[in-house]
Amino acid sequence: MNAFLANLPEYAAMVLFGIGLANLMLAKNLIKKIIGLNIMDTSVFLFLAAKGYVENTLAPIVSAEDLGAIDMANYSNPVPAGLVLTGIVVSVSITAVLLSLTVRLYEEFHTLDMDEIIHMLRRRDREELK
Amino acid sequence: MNKQKRDLVYRILCTCFTILFIAMMLLMVHRLPPLGRPDNPDINEVAEFYVEEGPEETGALNAVTGMILHYRAFDTLGESCVLFVAAVSVFILLRIDGEASNDTIVAIDRRYEPTGDPILTQTFTLLVPAVLMFGIYITFNGHLSPGGGFSGGAILGAGFLLFLNAYGLEKTERFLSSAMFRRVTCAALSFYCIAKSYTFYMGANGLESFEQAGVPGRILSAGLILPLNICVAVVVSQTIYSLYIMIRKGGFNK
Repeated sequence: MNAFLANLPEYAAMVLFGIGLANLMLAKNLIKKIIGLNIMDTSVFLFLAAKGYVENTLAPIVSAEDLGAIDMANYSNPVPAGLVLTGIVVSVSITAVLLSLTVRLYEEFHTLDMDEIIHMLRRRDREELK
Repeated sequence: MNKQKRDLVYRILCTCFTILFIAMMLLMVHRLPPLGRPDNPDINEVAEFYVEEGPEETGALNAVTGMILHYRAFDTLGESCVLFVAAVSVFILLRIDGEASNDTIVAIDRRYEPTGDPILTQTFTLLVPAVLMFGIYITFNGHLSPGGGFSGGAILGAGFLLFLNAYGLEKTERFLSSAMFRRVTCAALSFYCIAKSYTFYMGANGLESFEQAGVPGRILSAGLILPLNICVAVVVSQTIYSLYIMIRKGGFNK
């Protein structure tokens, strides 16, 4: 039980990732699919941010008096913070592009339902073949 | 098999796959070392170097800023470019064709958003200066305290969105037009690229170049990190503003 509580953020991240994945596969609405993708992104950020935590330490911001004799034992890990930053940027960009694609699809087909859009596309192809 | 049946099978398979996946990942996490121990394998010599040597080599007290804007500066340039490219792709996808008159654009804008609401205007008049000031503070203190170009730029972008929603497009267009977006973003990205290329070309240790570390702890210290933070903040805030305005009405005013 203690081991479970110690790794709680990581367990939560994995469950969130699964929820996002299920949302991505099961939801028919395109906006809901994008929300699922965002939940997956967020779970990865949670996992990485949790990895940077070290007990009884400060954030990796050195106080000016400590310069010259900095001890790693007083500070937490700065590397995951940089990785999360990269992830957030990519996630924002992908969400923006996906949302604008969805706007275009809605203008074309007047529905957000993935199945209906595929159905309409197939029918249109068949009509063009005739 | 008809459509409903196929759909049901697909849903059951997806659910089973997800449950299996979650169980697998939970088992994996179960075998990871407990969080927060100082002797975990992820606290290795890389993290130690960034914290112990970083502040003296880069002049930035914030080890994360020193890491992303000094040692891995080209990675951050790539991130800023990703944001710029995302803004440009959204512009290509959503822009209204050149023939559309200004009336159509205003009509589209009016359909989605209310403008000139008195409560919004009064509240945002109080909020916008504080938000913009906070964003600038976070950007300029990125090397001394938590923050930096990305968070400060996001706050600045949010401030611009508040301003836009309070006063409408005509007043915002005076200082944030399409040409402004292009010029400012490209200037920030080019300055970043040229300045950082120059330092790497000169040996990346700041010995022979114009960048001076200064006294750590002052605002004007840490060499190039402050200007680079400002560049990143400009790119991020302009990207957020342009993404919003393009999804809202399909492009800047003509």
